[in-house]
Amino acid sequence: MGKKILLEHINVPGIKGLEVYRQNGGYASVEKALKTMAPDAVVEEVKKSGLRGRGGAGFPTGMKWSFLAKPEGVERYLVVNADESEPGTFKDRYLMERIPHILIEGMITSSFALGAKTSYIYIRGEYFYVSRILEAAIEEAYAAGLLGKNILGSNFSHDIFVQVGAGAYICGEETALLESLEGKRGNPRIKPPFPAIAGLYSCPTVVNNVETIASVPYIVMNGGDEYAKIGIGRSTGTKLISASGHINKPGVYEIEMGVPVEEFIYSEEYCGGILNGKKLKAVVAGGSSVPILPADLILKTEKGEPRLMSYESLSDGGFATGTMLGSGGFMVYDESTSIVKNLYTFARFYHHESCGQCSPCREGTGWMEKILHRIVEGHGKAGDVDMLWDIQRKIEGNTICPLGDAAAWPVASAIRHFRKEFEEYINHPERIRDKMPVV
Amino acid sequence: MPKVTIDGHSIVVPDGTTILQAARMIVDAPGYIGENIAPPTMCYHSKLKTSGGYCRSCIVKVSKGSEKDPRPMPKLVASCRTTVMDGMEVMNTTSPEVLEARRGVVEFLLINHPLDCPVCDQAGECHLQDLGYENGGSKTRYDFKRRTFAKIDIGPFIKLHMTRCIMCFRCVKAADQLTNNRYQGMLFRGDASEISTYIEKAIDNDFSGNLIDVCPVGALTDRTFRFKSRVWFTKPMDAHRSCTKCSGKVALWEKGNEILRVTARKDKWGEPESWICNECRFEKKNINDWVIEGPRHIDPHSVISLNHYENVVATMKLDVAKQQKQLADKK
Ligand SMILES: Cc1cc2nc3c(=O)[nH]c(=O)nc-3n(C[C@H](O)[C@H](O)[C@H](O)COP(=O)(O)O)c2cc1C
Ligand code: SF4
Ligand code: FES
Repeated sequence: MGKKILLEHINVPGIKGLEVYRQNGGYASVEKALKTMAPDAVVEEVKKSGLRGRGGAGFPTGMKWSFLAKPEGVERYLVVNADESEPGTFKDRYLMERIPHILIEGMITSSFALGAKTSYIYIRGEYFYVSRILEAAIEEAYAAGLLGKNILGSNFSHDIFVQVGAGAYICGEETALLESLEGKRGNPRIKPPFPAIAGLYSCPTVVNNVETIASVPYIVMNGGDEYAKIGIGRSTGTKLISASGHINKPGVYEIEMGVPVEEFIYSEEYCGGILNGKKLKAVVAGGSSVPILPADLILKTEKGEPRLMSYESLSDGGFATGTMLGSGGFMVYDESTSIVKNLYTFARFYHHESCGQCSPCREGTGWMEKILHRIVEGHGKAGDVDMLWDIQRKIEGNTICPLGDAAAWPVASAIRHFRKEFEEYINHPERIRDKMPVV
Repeated sequence: MPKVTIDGHSIVVPDGTTILQAARMIVDAPGYIGENIAPPTMCYHSKLKTSGGYCRSCIVKVSKGSEKDPRPMPKLVASCRTTVMDGMEVMNTTSPEVLEARRGVVEFLLINHPLDCPVCDQAGECHLQDLGYENGGSKTRYDFKRRTFAKIDIGPFIKLHMTRCIMCFRCVKAADQLTNNRYQGMLFRGDASEISTYIEKAIDNDFSGNLIDVCPVGALTDRTFRFKSRVWFTKPMDAHRSCTKCSGKVALWEKGNEILRVTARKDKWGEPESWICNECRFEKKNINDWVIEGPRHIDPHSVISLNHYENVVATMKLDVAKQQKQLADKK
């Protein structure tokens, strides 16, 4: 069994409540930080831990924190990104639903480190019931003196607010999130300035994913060095993986970074192998935005080394033969899956979620969806695959926010690795229709 | 003060200058000869704060970040929203990657555009026409139904034809920054988004006519001028009158002795030199209302200028000659 940090106590009855949570060591990091540490010392531990953002990009959290501008007399904010809308990702919900106090604890400790008097949880609209769980947890924390004025008798005061979004994927992009939090239309901002300089209400702001912040208590309690020992290389600590698709045991797993992909898919501890004993066809390893890889490339790198669940190993080979850890949305497809239909579903999503500000994404996502639709319907044309390739290439890198890239990568990788399947659809639509089950 | 080099031309500019502004300064400098290295713009407008960044037609390649950090920037950047650093080197027309990406942007802007130039009042002074002409392909690859909207009147003077809109946000910013009540904005999302007044409320204030001037395409047009004439059949004249609301400096568009249209004076980048009020624009259509200064100089970037046509014909002839030669060589 690998080390568990976030989910260690997940099965303890009553862990959702403050009392049981504290009996299991909860809120010790708040005590320790507020009573015995300077804010900068907390930042230092997080730096040492090598913790990287769990929201998708994997940016080193300690470094992000140290970029936060600290002008005199200006508020600073911590904003927790609980928008979790990336298809295939459902780990933040699991954590907030089962053990909400770990997030609240992480937020208080992190806010202390950052000098933020107020922090926010921005949660996606579809998680309205989770927001109630969070509200209840926050209320308990206030009653116990863990939130509000002079927490635990220290001179640190803090308030947490939960803001429910209206269910837009784009509001997970950090600057769109801030716009939405300010009560405006959730359009990504043009950067610079970055949130660390001018974020919420133009004040310096740190935006972090739920899982990132929930990892902070362990780091404060055990020290950054101890955390950095877990995992492999620059992928330190543990990661929540949302496993779904054609596997025997879908669900949320906490893994130590560095578990071989093969072990993750086939071992009883994790996914338990492919459903109905079928063969593995492909995997989308980090949420719908990351490149899809065929079975041989997800199990082994191009060099023939076993592929590991870590930032570095998954991206080994670049986009030509690798992918990304992303948000850890691990979707497994067996041999019966139609890659083209799956891609069409993704393309529909990105078209629907594009905010519409910048031309390549606004127009390109719709165009790609339309072409894929006609291919799936059996009306594909000879040049369609090349055209899709060209369109995605012209979107990638040319947009305001990374949604454009996120829409382009799945298309590029599906064509790169499964081009034959697209051609089969276009040249022999009748064969495909009979063979492939509807996704 | 940082020094920046764009397509091989260097200039020293004040802190905070964007790449686009620097490029325009190079082109505007006295004695500059050479091609226009200023990136094309559809959404940036120098007199509107926070404009730019949306259309992506001004993207350029930063091949050297700065003297201190010479690494190139990983992606192409919007030149209208990127400030220069000392020692920065930028490629616009000299980078095939930029030209290719820009062709992509033009194509994206056009796939849902109606291309109804023959019946569009903006034709001849349309930035999208210029952009498409200079950076676009000759054919469309888009074979799906195009997006359409119903035309609406926003007040007595302005027609909103959303089908032609390219979502540059200039009108939203102009309404925001010139008037105190902005009623319009962006509704819906992605390629279903539209600029609207939501409940088709009239935009009614003294400066609303400027929305027409900032619109780079024919999405906002002057109802008092609609279908009266093609712009290239009208004669642009600089004129002024004393006005209590605005500078009173305008361009008159005449046919014979009749004033068909009044607009702000647009500079060589297609941006109004100063905002004008609705009284000057819509109500003073009599020659006696104005002091005529003389014919207005029209920049060669416009088809209104005959020169441009000549150049076009000349390059077309060259192209044909080249192709004929290639064909002959093949044989
Ligand atoms: C279109 C888009 C959607 C995103 N959605 C989320 C999300 O739902 N949750 C999240 O944590 N980060 C999301 N991100 C990443 C955030 O912008 C940001 O990088 C992240 O919240 C930073 O936190 P971290 O450093 O802890 O990962 C999204 C980014 C993009 C471009
Ligand atoms: S890439 Fe898409 S979602 Fe991001 S700003 Fe541009 S239009 Fe909006
Ligand atoms: S002019 Fe720069 S992005 Fe539109």
